[in-house]
Amino acid sequence: MRDDLLDLARSPLTLLLVTLAGYQAGRWLQTRTGGHALAQPVIVAIAAAGVTITVLDVDYADYRSATELIAFWLGPATVALAIPLHRQADRLKGFVVPLLVAVFVGAATSIVSAVLLARLLGADEALEKTLSAKAATTPVAIALTETLGGIPPLAAVFAITTGIVSAIIAPAVLNLLRIRDRRARGLAVGAVSHGIGASRMLREDETEGAFAGLAMGLSALAISLLVPVFALVLF
Amino acid sequence: MIAGLTWLLAFQILGEVIVRVLDVTVPGPVVGMLLLFVFLRVRRYDDSGSIVRAGSALLRHLQLFFVPAGVGIVAYLGLLGDHALPISVALLGSWLLGLAVVGWTAVGLERLLGAPRDDLPGAGETGEAA
Repeated sequence: MRDDLLDLARSPLTLLLVTLAGYQAGRWLQTRTGGHALAQPVIVAIAAAGVTITVLDVDYADYRSATELIAFWLGPATVALAIPLHRQADRLKGFVVPLLVAVFVGAATSIVSAVLLARLLGADEALEKTLSAKAATTPVAIALTETLGGIPPLAAVFAITTGIVSAIIAPAVLNLLRIRDRRARGLAVGAVSHGIGASRMLREDETEGAFAGLAMGLSALAISLLVPVFALVLF
Repeated sequence: MIAGLTWLLAFQILGEVIVRVLDVTVPGPVVGMLLLFVFLRVRRYDDSGSIVRAGSALLRHLQLFFVPAGVGIVAYLGLLGDHALPISVALLGSWLLGLAVVGWTAVGLERLLGAPRDDLPGAGETGEAA
């Protein structure tokens, strides 16, 4: 291939286009399959962009900076999670205490169980530290992993993988666990799988989505507070 | 749309300032979300307002904004393959335990406090229509 065309193929323009086109293809697939749980747009987009940068031999760091334009909107979108909560605020009545207790107990459970399960199966300490904050939203997982001495970009990958798994199977698993209360369902998904889990719940039901968004925020607080404390005991 | 985005960015900045001043690891957008919630309650904000329109548009595409960080998986394929067992068991196991503990704790406490339940319609018992 001519050099100038190859440069164009590796430019932010192409990388942004591939990312958006992959996402659109994912949305098309989601509609075509009638909203099948496996058809999460985020999976198709990651696969399309991942294959593209591998084939074109683009460094991940270069891809990351080329697509900063997209990643930037995660911040304002997180702020916007206040909106479904505002619309569902009546349902907070009588649920504030269960909600706060559940999120803190859940944060402790996911931190300790991730570290101990990894240790049991022979992971090294850097990996255990990187897994500890994976239930939190990506920026929190990255920041906490940094302070602990884990591998920050890998923490983002773990957080996102957890989110994708949750987006696919969480509603079915909640049914198996016989958790039927919409507020509790949203809370559970948001607490263990942040925004990606919340996005699935928003598609399912506004109450579930609103509580998933709230749980994501509270869980980020709880995990930020608890990880440094548990780190003293676990590492 | 632009008016709404301006508000969202303003709340995010406010959150960022607060976490920096207080020196905590919580991300600015999470604090911004809690502040915006209080603002919307106090103002009894209407569904037709610009913040709701811009925010709902962003939330419809929440998954898109995770893609750039998610592609990082390509950079770590080797490491993920070498430690596939501890990573997958720790991720899945801790996800499942967390999900069950949060769900059961919330439902259990709700019953204990005698608060009304809010079941999915068609899920049996006191299913209430949305």
